[in-house]
Amino acid sequence: MDAVRALIQRKAKNLRLLGVPVLGMSADLLIGAGCVAEVHSSAVSLGEAGLAPRFSEAVERGEIKVVDYTCPAVHTALQATEKGVPFMPLRGVIGSDLVAGRADWQVAQNPFSPAKDPILLVSAIVPDVALFHARWGDAAGNVWVGRRRELATIAHAARNTYVTVEELRPGDMLEDELLAPGVISGIYVSGIARAEHGAWPLGVVDVYGIDDAHLAAYAAAAKTREGFERYLDEHVWQRKKSSLPA
Amino acid sequence: MAKKEELLAGVIARLIGDAKHVAVGAASPIPAAACELLRAKGRAIRVTRLHKRQGNPFSEGSRELFDLAGQGRIDSFFLGGAQIDGEANINLVRAEGRRFPGSFGSAFLYFTCRTILFREEHSRRVLVPKVEFISAPGWSPPEVQRRGGPVALVTGSALFAWQKDKRRFRLESVHPGHSMDDVRASTGFDFDAERVAETPLPSAEDLALLRSSVARQLACDYPEFARRVWGMESRD
Repeated sequence: MDAVRALIQRKAKNLRLLGVPVLGMSADLLIGAGCVAEVHSSAVSLGEAGLAPRFSEAVERGEIKVVDYTCPAVHTALQATEKGVPFMPLRGVIGSDLVAGRADWQVAQNPFSPAKDPILLVSAIVPDVALFHARWGDAAGNVWVGRRRELATIAHAARNTYVTVEELRPGDMLEDELLAPGVISGIYVSGIARAEHGAWPLGVVDVYGIDDAHLAAYAAAAKTREGFERYLDEHVWQRKKSSLPA
Repeated sequence: MAKKEELLAGVIARLIGDAKHVAVGAASPIPAAACELLRAKGRAIRVTRLHKRQGNPFSEGSRELFDLAGQGRIDSFFLGGAQIDGEANINLVRAEGRRFPGSFGSAFLYFTCRTILFREEHSRRVLVPKVEFISAPGWSPPEVQRRGGPVALVTGSALFAWQKDKRRFRLESVHPGHSMDDVRASTGFDFDAERVAETPLPSAEDLALLRSSVARQLACDYPEFARRVWGMESRD
């Protein structure tokens, strides 16, 4: 989330966001701050805190373009890129309006079936940038994401991967058999920056939990444009001033 | 006297039937209570609660859920919708000019799991003649591979069974305090109705379990719900 606040401070424009497989508060902030042109996702919501108000309003006013997905189609499209193949098949989905009018999805006959067997083909997605927060980075350029292996899939598929971490460790986590399964190799990582407490108000498992009260307060404030601007002022612009070097 | 939430949990528990592995989505405390009730009654049922803050059963990220379902390792799942129509199509995307979060995994999971449709609000706004956007279709032509699909629709007023051959709902029972006429008047789609019963209340044994071990279980992941329904105080 620190990276998201930094993007807003830098007045990023025309971002195209891909939710893997869904988006939440980060996307709502970026959309409200005018940084986003397109959203590709299975959903945008604040989870327990309810609807993502800046997303809903921007879509209802036609200010951003949305390409709707269903969760496993996002994973499948990234796994295709991971494997270097142009598309991958996915069961289900046929008959959903998600399929209609899309150039990057096609329903085709299963070539191995003698009977009629339509199946959805999902084109590979190559994100320009994978951006996420993790617990540890190390001196060898690796990142530890634990069981959140979908983050590894994004890193494998993206052209560049930038990660903020709670803590930088000496050594090479890939040399530790217990840590290695949760590591994304530095092969895929373009840059790591330390951002302690950088996921706030979201959480990092075993380090700090989601700040539910803050999320609920954001959900309420962001219902109006004025409330959202006040939130940005307090938590993005003021924070920038206070973090400037003396 | 059973509360509305307890009645609905009892209805859903009966619908889960013999399922061995049930997945429960985010913000679904009543389906979660139904699963916990079955467990409290000694049923060997595996319950995978998505977005659970502790006890994540997956080690391959969120895609593992869909791979599991795709293989047929999840028997039952729950879906709702901003709109649900008489052909069991569901819409999670947009309705009446409003944008909703999106389709999530529905377009896949509706094909892989026996799906119980659950939406507490029973109104013409929700139960419509035709959804404005099909996130996931209620039925598929015979050549489309599909293991799962709707089995029933549970609302705050009634229980409908899905008739796969007729592609229509049949009203099974009306919850206490509601009438057949209410249900007709507040349902936007046409449905069959013969020999409609009153939805049975949970048994005394089920109620006692709901108010003790189920309430304690729910207090961890759905603290607001457990407080509202059973007056449980959160433990953290």
